Amino acid sequence: MSLEIGSPLTIGLILLVVIGTAAMLITVERRLLGFWQERLGPNRVGWFGSLQVVADMIKIFTKEDWIPPFADKFSFVIAPGIIMSAVLLSFAVIPFAPDIGVIDSNIGVLFVLAMASLGAYSVMLGGLSSDNKYALLGSLRAAAQMVSYEVFMGISLLGVVALTGSFNMREIVEAQTDGWYIIPQFIGFVIFLIAGVAESHRLPFDIPEAEQEICAGYHTEYSGMKFGMFFVAEYIGLVLISSLITVLFFGGWLGPSFLPPIIWFFVKASAFIGFFILMRAAVPRPRYDQLMSYGWLFLLPLSLVNLLVTGVIILSTQ
Amino acid sequence: MEASAQTVSIDSQSAGLLEKLRHDFGDRILAEQATCGGMPTVWVDRQQLVALLRTLRDETNPRFEMLFDITAIDERLRVHREDQPDSEFTVVYHLMSFSGNCDFRIKVPLMDADLNIPSIIGLWPAANWYERETWDMFGINFDGHPNLYRIVLPPTWKGHALRKEHPARATEMEPFSLEDEAAEYEQQALLFKPEEWGMKRESDNSEFMFLNLGPNHPSVHGAFRIAVQLDGEILVDAVPDIGYHHRGAEKMGERQSWHTYIPYTDRIDYLGGVMNNLPYVMAVEKMAGIQVPERVKTIRVMLVEMFRICSHLLFYGTFAQDVGQLSPIFYMFVERERIFNIIESICGARMHPGWFRIGGVAQDLPEGWDVRVKELLDFIPPRIDEYDKMVMENGILKRRTQGVGCYNTQQAFDWGVTGAGLRATGLEWDFRKDRPYSGYENFEFDVPIAVNGDCYDRCAIRVEEMRQSLRIIKQCVDNMPSGDYKADHPLTTPPRKEKTMQDIETLINHFLSVSWGPVIPPNEVTMAIEGTKGINSYYLVSDGNTTSYRTRIRTPSFAHLQMIPEISRGFMVADLIAIIASIDFVMADVDR
Repeated sequence: MSLEIGSPLTIGLILLVVIGTAAMLITVERRLLGFWQERLGPNRVGWFGSLQVVADMIKIFTKEDWIPPFADKFSFVIAPGIIMSAVLLSFAVIPFAPDIGVIDSNIGVLFVLAMASLGAYSVMLGGLSSDNKYALLGSLRAAAQMVSYEVFMGISLLGVVALTGSFNMREIVEAQTDGWYIIPQFIGFVIFLIAGVAESHRLPFDIPEAEQEICAGYHTEYSGMKFGMFFVAEYIGLVLISSLITVLFFGGWLGPSFLPPIIWFFVKASAFIGFFILMRAAVPRPRYDQLMSYGWLFLLPLSLVNLLVTGVIILSTQ
Repeated sequence: MEASAQTVSIDSQSAGLLEKLRHDFGDRILAEQATCGGMPTVWVDRQQLVALLRTLRDETNPRFEMLFDITAIDERLRVHREDQPDSEFTVVYHLMSFSGNCDFRIKVPLMDADLNIPSIIGLWPAANWYERETWDMFGINFDGHPNLYRIVLPPTWKGHALRKEHPARATEMEPFSLEDEAAEYEQQALLFKPEEWGMKRESDNSEFMFLNLGPNHPSVHGAFRIAVQLDGEILVDAVPDIGYHHRGAEKMGERQSWHTYIPYTDRIDYLGGVMNNLPYVMAVEKMAGIQVPERVKTIRVMLVEMFRICSHLLFYGTFAQDVGQLSPIFYMFVERERIFNIIESICGARMHPGWFRIGGVAQDLPEGWDVRVKELLDFIPPRIDEYDKMVMENGILKRRTQGVGCYNTQQAFDWGVTGAGLRATGLEWDFRKDRPYSGYENFEFDVPIAVNGDCYDRCAIRVEEMRQSLRIIKQCVDNMPSGDYKADHPLTTPPRKEKTMQDIETLINHFLSVSWGPVIPPNEVTMAIEGTKGINSYYLVSDGNTTSYRTRIRTPSFAHLQMIPEISRGFMVADLIAIIASIDFVMADVDR
């Protein structure tokens, strides 16, 4: 078996790396937050707390996996599975390096957007099936937020697609050889960044699970590994958004040749992961209606204008 | 007792007021009681109560804008009742005037056979909870009260806890047990029934959701429950439910000696530390006639201001956290840690030192204290400036808190709001400035005010108050008077020991004061201070004994929580959290 696009070994490795990174992020995030918040963070298990992830995993696997008697069992159980599979499937179209990836799809960007929409179902189902008022409020918020922000997310990407002339992520990366899209598509990048945070519902857009307001929102009733799946899916989502930003706006694997392409990809993606964690440490949470009106009244027009201007420029330069 | 309590003569303003009342009400005023502290106290029959209160609220000069407190005294075992009408229970109303800067106390005598008194919710909405509490604790029935349910004790409680016949110790009761059936019964009793509160389950076009926020919720700062009625995410109405943190602090006051009660006060506003000791020891000192040395006053002020900063920092951090900003609280704990280190080196304990004593403080300041305090004074200000940029100037936080949970000065009066919540409405009124105690008149500091009375302003005021507290602490360090840390008075507790081995009289006195505790001459006094969260006052009744006959603790948070439904209707759930955060309460301070 060799390392090429779509080979079982590659797929296995990508799965391992993605899930491993997401799991490691639990520790990394806690350590980074600790660093930025003038405290230590978890530093007891292993060298500088490096084995914390193992301890967390043992804990979460051995916790009682309880299904509340009042919950709707079927949807309660499949909800965390849906989001987990949706975010993992999205990685299928991510081009990590010229020869590393799962598939080389012509509809890569669309596929990612479609998977993101599926994720919204998971959150809604989880909240509704819990039969808990906090979960209900959480899933209502999640439904509104994710459905709205998908719109801007999609539109913000169209500038990149138009510049490349393709939905294929590999072609998008290769089209950036002369210059990353962050420069011509800066507005698109900013909107995608905001929408990306909203999609993965992390602070400041963690409104569906705003701890201070609605306990844990849609996953209030979840425990054990099912909770763990929501939790890890959030981190995988974080890795996904960072990877997408890298691919779409920062030239993916492209970089000076003293480092192999895959390393460039990791460096760039890690920088964004760090940025998202920093954002969590720094920014307060807007109110639910403020988030919605911000999206519809500001981001939507802005992303449309961005698309329009991009289109005009492309046409005028041809 | 050589130093019997001086009944301070009433000032001219109150004298004029009493003159008018004598003229208006004539012999309908049953008696005028002289108490130490000089607060005018008038006994009136219950039929005259509402008329008298209305006169005081609307017509007299000065007008009494705020109902500060309602409580009661079980008088059945009280011995010293000179110049007081006969009664078995006495309901006590405490009014406060901000325009005239004075207080007024009204007492209504009741007999056990007929414990009925008109409710005054129509005059002050704040009376609602105070009347419920008085019913809960004494069984006094307020006619016309819409929800005279238990408030502090559980709905299933039998008896009225502050009555003298109610046991105070666990050893006087059956051992506690909770069978399954009883547990089920207790749980059912906690079920929220909207109909009891006059709430409808649905409107013309939507069905309401009743959300049980608490008693165990991340943002209610302790065990506190609000049942909210929601239309979507819009808050239609709310019913705060308190009492989960009740520990019978007032009842304990009746069984602990004057001295041994001091540590209990620490736990009332558990973020205030020795701040809680201050009104209590000042009240006892007033009755005992103790003048404390200047050094004691300054030491007390310094520690109290340190605790004010600690409490405000915790407020500031949790306020930011409740609107979703994770980090500030962690930074602020760094300063708190520094302050607590200094407090620890002075008092030996950190959050609850219980360090003030009747007539002084427990020990003198340790060597080198000023060096550490000066370091602190250099350390904190730049960090507070940084927090301004991080929190107060943050656009999202502003949008979340400005214009949310507003009330004006009149509403604040109606609901008994004091402290930063009152100053946020534009009223410049600080106990430390307007009625200086413990030597505050010697300090230079400003009273910050704001105009909008919203969540943001309440926070901004506390931020500025921290800077002012630092100014006060700096003045304490620069001008710490020399002298003794304890007053030279026979009732100072524990007494000075120097002379105990010289003559038998002092030895006996010392022995009694340490073993039984001091005997405080019969009197009544109210002592209030500007606490961390508002005006904190102790109303003590001494019957010439080693324990207090009645200890009433009026805490600011109790009144503030009562106002939540009033200021949060029509806002969203997220706003409710911001409003709760901006109030700055701790449940121990509410439930006592």
